[in-house]
Amino acid sequence: MTLTPPATAEAAAARVEPAAVDTIEGRSPWQLAFVRLRHDRVAVGSSAVICLIVLLAVLAPVVAHLLGHGPNQQFRTTGLSAEGIPVGPGSTFLFGTDDLGRDVLVRVLYGARISLLVGVVASGLAVVLGVIIGLAAGYFSGAVDTVLSRFMDVVLSLPYLIFAIALVSLLGPSLMVSVAVIAFFSWASVGRIVRGQVLSIKEKEFVEAARSVGAGHLRIMFVDILPNVLAPTIVYATMLIPLSIVFESTLSFLGIGVLPPTATWGNMLSESIAYYRVAWWFVAFPGLALLITTMAFNLLGDCVRDAFDPRGNRLFVAVED
Amino acid sequence: MLRFLVRRILFGAVVLWLVATAVFAMYFIAPHDVARTLAGRQASAETVAAIRHNLGLDRPLLVQYGSFLWKALHGNLGYSYTNSQPVTTLIGQGLPVTASLVAGGAILWLVIGVSTGVLASTHPRSVMDRSATAFSLFFYSMPTFLLGEVLLLVLFFRLHLSGIDWFPGAGYVALTENPMEWARHLLLPWLTIALVTAATYVRLTRGSMLDVLGEDYIRTARAKGLSRRRVIYRHGLRAALTPVVTQFGIDVGTLLGGAIVTENVFGLPGLGELVMTALSKQDLPTIIGLVLLASAFVVVANLVVDILYSVLDARVRLS
Repeated sequence: MTLTPPATAEAAAARVEPAAVDTIEGRSPWQLAFVRLRHDRVAVGSSAVICLIVLLAVLAPVVAHLLGHGPNQQFRTTGLSAEGIPVGPGSTFLFGTDDLGRDVLVRVLYGARISLLVGVVASGLAVVLGVIIGLAAGYFSGAVDTVLSRFMDVVLSLPYLIFAIALVSLLGPSLMVSVAVIAFFSWASVGRIVRGQVLSIKEKEFVEAARSVGAGHLRIMFVDILPNVLAPTIVYATMLIPLSIVFESTLSFLGIGVLPPTATWGNMLSESIAYYRVAWWFVAFPGLALLITTMAFNLLGDCVRDAFDPRGNRLFVAVED
Repeated sequence: MLRFLVRRILFGAVVLWLVATAVFAMYFIAPHDVARTLAGRQASAETVAAIRHNLGLDRPLLVQYGSFLWKALHGNLGYSYTNSQPVTTLIGQGLPVTASLVAGGAILWLVIGVSTGVLASTHPRSVMDRSATAFSLFFYSMPTFLLGEVLLLVLFFRLHLSGIDWFPGAGYVALTENPMEWARHLLLPWLTIALVTAATYVRLTRGSMLDVLGEDYIRTARAKGLSRRRVIYRHGLRAALTPVVTQFGIDVGTLLGGAIVTENVFGLPGLGELVMTALSKQDLPTIIGLVLLASAFVVVANLVVDILYSVLDARVRLS
């Protein structure tokens, strides 16, 4: 018996025919990616988790109001035992209290606000900077490219945490400084990706066409080239958010990020390190919140990458089929 | 080869010069007047002026800059503001601790990361592969300090409660003093740094192996009758290791300048702790010296990686 591949291919084609017969509609890469994401269970799941976290962060003041516990309010009598030890999870304090008798649940929710804010704003800044500098480097080439590329190499090769410490020693720790430091050490990798893409795109005919009808450099860069590098940029941005969140919590943990008494997950975990022997909840809840958030963003980032480039290897999920 | 090396060394030197210039500028952007801080609150104007003169801060800017670069080139990083010890002495005390931490951690994360990655890639979509990717996701998402705290809580404190004292909670014993105690005190820090870092290596090795194992020469090797084992390790892994080597160089170089978080959690008196104490005391010379040293480690590590490339992968002809 002989196996004829064309026959099997035809059979396969015949099987999918009914769906294809209806209408053939053109889909942009964006629509395709979106459809793939919608059918990806991991993507839907991680997006749902992220939406929930965002919702809880937005509603933090409402929860605090309902419980009657402010984020920085100290319950010296009800929140601490007679020996001054934090109270465990119970009906008044669902997640227990911390060393100053503050409600861990309310503080975890307020911490989500800082983490998400810093994660999104710092990543956004890094992407904007990286896109502009990467576009300029790739588009102009020559001396501009050499200078900008070397600059990116330098930023990428710096040991960022110790530089962050040096910067904080000059400027003093604050939310703004954290965002600036994170963005500064993240834009260069975006810039490098964008530059690589631009190098090949600027040789395409449509760029030539734009130039021949008299479009200026800025127009060609931002109107003609930019839309074509957005997909890899968005993929990278999604993966940058969890990195920024971890970076922020590390800075806060070391006492060089957002300062106490502001509730951040890094601050809470830093305060809890003296109490892990007597109050596991003080470590567990902020820790879990941080871990679930970064995992959800990492999974979503992996799915977004997969949706734009289905041929690549998945990083975190070994999918069936 | 030689031209390539010279170019890389020059680039490294330029990076270090840029860093040195940037940190030199820190002395002048610093919010506090150094001489006044050192002199104390009640010091008279003459004392402050005398201290300023002693530190050479009254000389022209360019002279100070030149002398700073000249001294740094000769391994003189100045004196700590807090205890007047040479910064190099402080570094000499901290470096063995950080090096111990990084060396042990690096062996662990390489072994864990690469072997898990290889196993996952040779059994794609198996239970093994799924667990490897789940492991990778979990520890990739885990901040170092959080893992350190969890290990302290579980492996130190819980075991301690049940009478098992395998892992001390903090402290450092020099290798020369007592090798067994040295290793015992470093077990938890090693595990922390290794698990967090290994996550990246699992991803890298798995992805790189999957790509390499799909190439033609692997099929050729199998077709000429080589054993599966030999093909995977001698032909596949060798080529797949290139991105792993890059990452390894960057990680070791970065961490040698101070494994700041791990040292902080476990109270290890390494370079990372040194920079944190220097920060809390506004000890600028120490911070600057450590930033320079950390950058030098990264530059050297990058250079070593470039050279290693040509050894590992014959297709790379350093050009």
